[in-house]
Order: sequence, then C-alpha cells, then structure tokens
Amino acid sequence: MASETTTPTVLASARPARPALRYAGLLWAIGIALLLPLFTAESYRLFQLTLAAIYAIAILGLNLVTGYNGQISLGHGAFYAVGAYVAAIMMDKFGLPYWSTLPSAAVVCGLVGYGIGFPALRLGGLYLALTTFSLAVAVPQILKYKGIEEWTGGVQGVLVFKPDAPFGLPLSNDQYLYLLTVAIALGVFLLARNLMASRIGRAIMAIRDHGLAAEAMGMDAARLKTSTFAVSAGITGLAGALSAIAVEFVSPDSFQVALSITLFVGMVVGGVASIIGPAFGGLFVVFVPNLAEEVSKAAPGVIYGIILIAFLFVLPGGVAGLLRRLAARLHR
Amino acid sequence: MNGFLHQVIAGIATGGIYASVALALVMIYQATHHVNFAQGEMATFSTYIALTLVQAGWPFWLAFVATIGISFCIGVLIERVLMRPMDKAPVLTHVGLFIGLVLVISNLTGWVFDYTVKPFPSPFHDGPLFGGLVTGHELGSTAVTLVVLGLVYLFFRYTRLGLAMRAAAFNPASARLVGVRVGWMLALGWGLASGIGAIAGIMVAPVVFLEPNMMLGILLYAFAGALLGGIDNPGGAVIGGFAVGVIENLGGTYVVGTELKLTMALVIIIGVLLVRPAGLFGRVVLSRV
Amino acid sequence: MLLEVNGLKAGYGPTWVLHGIDFAVAEGGVTALLGANGAGKTTTLRAVCGMIRTEGSITLAGKPIQGKATEDIVRLGVAHVPDGRGTFMELTVEENMKLGAITRHDKGVAADFERMFELFPRLKQRYRQQAGTLSGGEQQMLAIARALLLRPRLLLMDEPSFGLAPLIVQEIFGIMARVRDEQQVAILLVEQNANLALEIADTAYLLETGRIVVSGPAADIRQDESVRRSYLGY
Ligand SMILES: Nc1ncnc2c1ncn2[C@@H]1O[C@H](COP(=O)(O)OP(=O)(O)OP(=O)(O)O)[C@@H](O)[C@H]1O
Ligand SMILES: [Mg+2]
Repeated sequence: MASETTTPTVLASARPARPALRYAGLLWAIGIALLLPLFTAESYRLFQLTLAAIYAIAILGLNLVTGYNGQISLGHGAFYAVGAYVAAIMMDKFGLPYWSTLPSAAVVCGLVGYGIGFPALRLGGLYLALTTFSLAVAVPQILKYKGIEEWTGGVQGVLVFKPDAPFGLPLSNDQYLYLLTVAIALGVFLLARNLMASRIGRAIMAIRDHGLAAEAMGMDAARLKTSTFAVSAGITGLAGALSAIAVEFVSPDSFQVALSITLFVGMVVGGVASIIGPAFGGLFVVFVPNLAEEVSKAAPGVIYGIILIAFLFVLPGGVAGLLRRLAARLHR
Repeated sequence: MNGFLHQVIAGIATGGIYASVALALVMIYQATHHVNFAQGEMATFSTYIALTLVQAGWPFWLAFVATIGISFCIGVLIERVLMRPMDKAPVLTHVGLFIGLVLVISNLTGWVFDYTVKPFPSPFHDGPLFGGLVTGHELGSTAVTLVVLGLVYLFFRYTRLGLAMRAAAFNPASARLVGVRVGWMLALGWGLASGIGAIAGIMVAPVVFLEPNMMLGILLYAFAGALLGGIDNPGGAVIGGFAVGVIENLGGTYVVGTELKLTMALVIIIGVLLVRPAGLFGRVVLSRV
Repeated sequence: MLLEVNGLKAGYGPTWVLHGIDFAVAEGGVTALLGANGAGKTTTLRAVCGMIRTEGSITLAGKPIQGKATEDIVRLGVAHVPDGRGTFMELTVEENMKLGAITRHDKGVAADFERMFELFPRLKQRYRQQAGTLSGGEQQMLAIARALLLRPRLLLMDEPSFGLAPLIVQEIFGIMARVRDEQQVAILLVEQNANLALEIADTAYLLETGRIVVSGPAADIRQDESVRRSYLGY
C-alpha cells in the first residue's frame, strides 16, 4: 500500500518551496491551532490533546519501521511500555527529574529494539510481525513478574507526579505538559522528516520497495533495518515515557496487546509511510474511542476494527493520503 | 516421578490444543503465505456459539458438530468477503486485515456474549483417572484432538478434494492448469482452519474457562509450535504443538513457574528464529527482505 | 477449426507482448508455433488458456473463451504442458497424475492411467516417488501424462524438447505422434527445434516479436529456402 503513497511526500518536501508567503501562512495557522487549546480547552480536554500528541509520537516511531522500512511490527506497545516504566522507575525509585527520563527511555528502548529486531529482521516480514505480536501479548505478564516487583511495583504499578512549569511560568501542570509534549512532538516530527528526506531515508525506503536490489546497490540492508527498528523503538519509548508523566501512573494492564494494536490502527488511519499521518493517527486513537464508548463498552473495538478494514479497502493512504489527494486536486 | 509423568501427560493434552491451532495456522500459511492473527479470536467466538447451543439445551456433541459447521461457514465467508478482494495487496494490508478481524471479532464476542468469565461444560467424566495420572477431560480432549488430526490427515492424503487443496497451496498456477478452482480451495482451507480452531476452543474452554481473550495465550503457543515444527509443514506444526505443550507444562512446573508462561512462548519463538528459522521439519525459509 | 484466434493481444504489464495475432488449430492435427527466443510463443499459449491479460477473440469449437478463468477453459478441454513443466514437486508422481484427471468423473480414468503407463513406462516405475526427484525428461513425461489425463480436445505444449537429450526428445516426439493418431486431440506445439516441429506438424505459424510473419502448411514452410534462412536459421 505504501509504495505509491510515499513518493509524493518525499518529492513534495524536496521540491522547491511554494510561494514563501503561503508557506509562512500555513505555519502560522498550525502554530495558532496548536497553541489555541492552551487558552480555550478545559484541563481534561487538554490532557486528551496531550495524549494525542504522545500517541502521535509513538505512531511516528512505528511508521518509520513499518511504513517506511516495510518491517511490520505489531508490538510497538511493548516499547511504549518499557519507556513508560523506565520513566516511572527513574522518577519514583531514584528521584530523578522528569526531563532526564525522556532521553533515557529513548536509549533503553532503542537498545531493546535492537535486541528484538536483530533475530527477527533477518527473516521475512511476517516473522517480525509474529515475534512482535507475541512480545506485545507477553509484556503485561513480564511486567507483573514477581522477580522484578521491587522495581515495577508488580500488579500495582508505579505512581508518579506531573511536573510543575519551570521558571515560574504562569501555567498549570496540564498546560505545561501540553506545551512540552507538543514541542517535543514537533521536534521529533521535524527530525523524522529530515531523516526520511536524506540519503539514509531513501535507502530505508529502497529496502522496503526493492529488497534484495537495495542490497545489491551496496547497502548493508540488515544493519540499516536493525538500526531503523532501534530508532523506531526509541521514539516510541520516548512517547511511553511522556505518557507515564502525563498519566501519572504505570501498570501492567495499561500495556496489553490492545495498545500495540491501537498504535497500528493509528498508523493505518493516519497514513502509512507519511510523516504528518501519525498526527491524525494520534487524534484518532484518542478521540474516536471516546465517541464510540458512548455506544457500548465493546463498540470502540468493533468500530476500530471496521474503520481499519474500511481504510485498507477504501483509503489505503489514510487521512494523510486523502489530504494529499485533495491538495493535488486543488492545485490543478 | 508420578508428578513428572502427570505433567508430561497434561502437557500432551494442552499440546493437542496448540497442535490443532498450529495446524489451522499452517493450513492458511501454506495456501496464502499469511499468518492469521485472528485465528484465536475466531476460535473463541466459535466456542461461545457452542456454549450458547449447549445452554439452549442441545446435546453436547450435536452442539459440537453444529459449531464446527457454523465456524466452517464463517471461515469461508471471511475469505470470500475480506481476503479475496485483497488478494494481490501487499503484506502490510493483509496484516492490517487480520488485525481488523482480531478487533472486530474479539470485541463482538465481548459485546454479544459479555465479558464475564464463564465455565464451560466438559463432555467427559471429569475426575482423576489411573490414580491421578490423568483427568477424564485431559484424556477425552486428547482423544478428540488426535481423532481430528487423524481425519484431517486422511482427508488431505486420500481424498480428491484434499489433493486439489494441496495442489492449490503448493502450486496455484499449475493447479489452475489442471482445472482446480484455486480460489475456492483457499476458501475451503479457511473454513477447515476455522472448524479446527473451533474444536480446539471447545476442548480447552473447560480447562481455562471461557472469556473473550481465552485464546490469546494459546495462539502464542500455537505460533511457537508452528515455528518449532516448521511453519510450512502441517505434520511438523502438529508435532511442534505437542512439544510446546509438554515444554510449557514442565517449564511451568519446574523452571519458571506459571507467572511467565507467555514469556516462555516468546522465548521459544525467538529461540527458534535464532537457531533454526526453518523449524525442525520445515524447508529453508527464504527471506523476503 | 477447433481453436480460432483473431486479433489477439496479450501482455503482462501495461504494454502488449502480442500485437494482434490470428491463427487457428484444426481438429485432430498438430499445429506448430515457431519463433526466436522472446518472440511470444509462451505468451500465446498462456493467453489461450487465460493465464494473462488478453484482448481479441478466442473461440474453442465456436464458443468464445477469451476472458474466461483458466480453470473454466481447462474444464472445456484445454490441457497445457507449460513452460517449466509445472510439476507439483512436493507431490508424488501418482498424485501429479491424479491431478491431471481431477476434473473427470467418467469411468475411463483407470484405463487412461494404464495407457499412460504404456506410453511412459518410467512413470510406472516411479509411481510412488516424489515428483521433485524426477529427472528433467521424466518430469516432461509426467507433464504430458498429466495433460493427457484430462482427455483434452486441445493440447498446448510448450517446448517439450527443452533441455532434453536427443534420444529422449525422439521418444517424446514419437509419443506425440502416437497420441495424435490414436486419440482425438489437436496439438498446438511450441518448439525451438523448428526442424523437428515441422516434421510432425501439419500447419505452422512463425512468430516474430508478437506478430505472425509466416503461416502455411508445414511442408511448404520446410521447403521454403528463404523462410528457413531468415527465420529458422538452418
Ligand atoms: N511473466 C512475465 N512478465 C513480464 N514479461 C514477460 C513475462 N514472461 C514473458 N515476458 C516477456 O514477453 C516477451 C515474450 O516472452 P515469451 O516467453 O512469450 O517468449 P517465447 O517466445 O516463449 O521465448 P522462449 O523461446 O525464450 O521461450 C518477452 O519479451 C518476455 O520478456
Ligand atoms: Mg517460451
């Protein structure tokens, strides 16, 4: 599904900028749209938006490896969980500041991703899907394990606290966290965009599209794949750490296999192999279940599944693909 | 010693369940080169159908057969409606479809039959036999599993339809050239896999109790069994399933404890991929990089 | 005419490999389709039995079959010994042969098996063996037996001599002649070895980059010095 939809993004970003005025206008609009909730939204809504931004980061991580590199992961929830626990343990057991947990979570998850990806990536895509799916199913049980209870808090999990705004800024915790998350998300999105526009990014996609041919071109495909997986796991782990801070709590039951599936759905709905897609994916996974839950407890899952299947059939490029098509039509 | 023997026998009993689900997975894998991540959910849904029929007063074995029939039809329907149109789509689309199925079926199960854990009746005399070596249900369910696996073997080995299905799976282009309707063979394969899954669900439900996520862990063990035996080898997958059942039971009792049972499946999966990616009886896996 | 093909275009991707060809296969004879590598011979056979995208008209005994599914065309009595032989490698010789007759429910199947053993005694010796372990010649025989077990009205054969020792080639062509004489089947034969093909064929067509450039009675083409020199190279 990805091969046709991605190239346009990449081309679009590499193309000389459209009239600078229009571009700047767009940036301003996005900036205002991002800042507006800070002043208008009540705290729960703001919290939801924060979560959406966190999910967007996590989905972006997944999209790097699955969308751009063609390596299907059904277990990114596991990295999200590890990131969250790293943050929670660092803060609760070691009293370390919240900001120090973010890079640590990313690095730890990158290493774990490397370890998991190494055996599975050498084999065909389905083996990775199968292994990561199994990992996602096993994660809650591992987190509950008595042997590491001292650190993880077992079934109980770990409580943490939201940080206050620094430098005496006149912001509530929720407002500050929203701002921080959005800023980090913007940074990660920019980095990812530059990465995918670079030579390495093209190599990552070449491996997805041409496999062996990419290898013949002198790329060390296996190494690049494993590295991509590690970076992807690191980004999702960073999102996990942010989630621990935002939710102020981690427990095994928050990281069931459903989480991994949620990230996958968010990726498909937002747009496979698209940088901006995960932003829509994040909004989708936070707000659609809320709407659907009013129908029934089971409804979000059913609706999720139906939407996922519908997207695969009708809109394989996701929301980002749809917008791209609309934009192309407007330009004509 | 008696305890050890009991663990081995209990392992064979659960191994039969894993073997059945592994066989269902391998059947679809052989024909389409896709792993049906929704196999477990489909089996759970079938088990609820069986429970509904039993509760409606049907005799157990009639409900059993009817459930297999219904599950067969559901399997065929899923292939025709969802998989067939996406025939030529990339792997990621197929994985997406399977995940969509997982979501729809598991939540539908919860929605229709609610989320509470339910006891499921065993059709067998449920008590210890042979001085506590084996329970009636273990013996009965192992027998059912073995009979089913035997019938599946005979079907594929000795019937025209079985031969046509194997031909369609091994070499679809050639199969078409001898007049085999390959598309329908795939649908039949889905139906059979779904029916086999239903049997596994019904046989395991009295042990683990029925709830919407009942098969999740079992699916993991079936993955492990299928990989251990060779994901393109039905016989291997069955042996792998039994082996994993025994390993799980012994490991759970003597090594890691029951808390980390799922992790053990994960370790087996990663171990097989590291040491012998083709599995014990599989052909060499060619990586689609 | 058993098979009539008019204005046939066929191809794999967006472009055509065959650019509108006309030919026909008479009931009960051998028609040869000749041409250099890449001329489109294999493509023509694939087009006839619906394995690839086609345009134009194809009729079998007056019934249009263009655009039908391969399975349905096969069930109308078109057997195909494909390029690469199409052996079911994982299955036994027995199973391969049974697959040839898998669409049949008539009483004659057992007798046809006996006939195949008579035509190809080696297949009887190898009956329980895995087909993937057969030699190239044996696999070719198996492919022909499999195709004949369909009791086809039209037999498409793609380079039955490919990669075989001259003696085996002779044996196979001998069998083909017997089949033509004793059984009511028309053969459309694709062959690199033009000399051999023209000997057995009644009619021949010469294909060059997706177009038919010469057609006529096989005997005439064999005699035609210029055709031989410019197209057949001997
Ligand atoms: N599966 C395929 N996909 C794409 N193109 C193909 C395919 N098979 C054949 N072609 C192309 O179609 C053209 C005709 O090929 P075809 O196999 O019909 O030739 P042929 O006459 O049978 O040659 P040969 O004598 O070598 O068997 C060639 O240019 C070939 O590259
Ligand atoms: Mg050819």
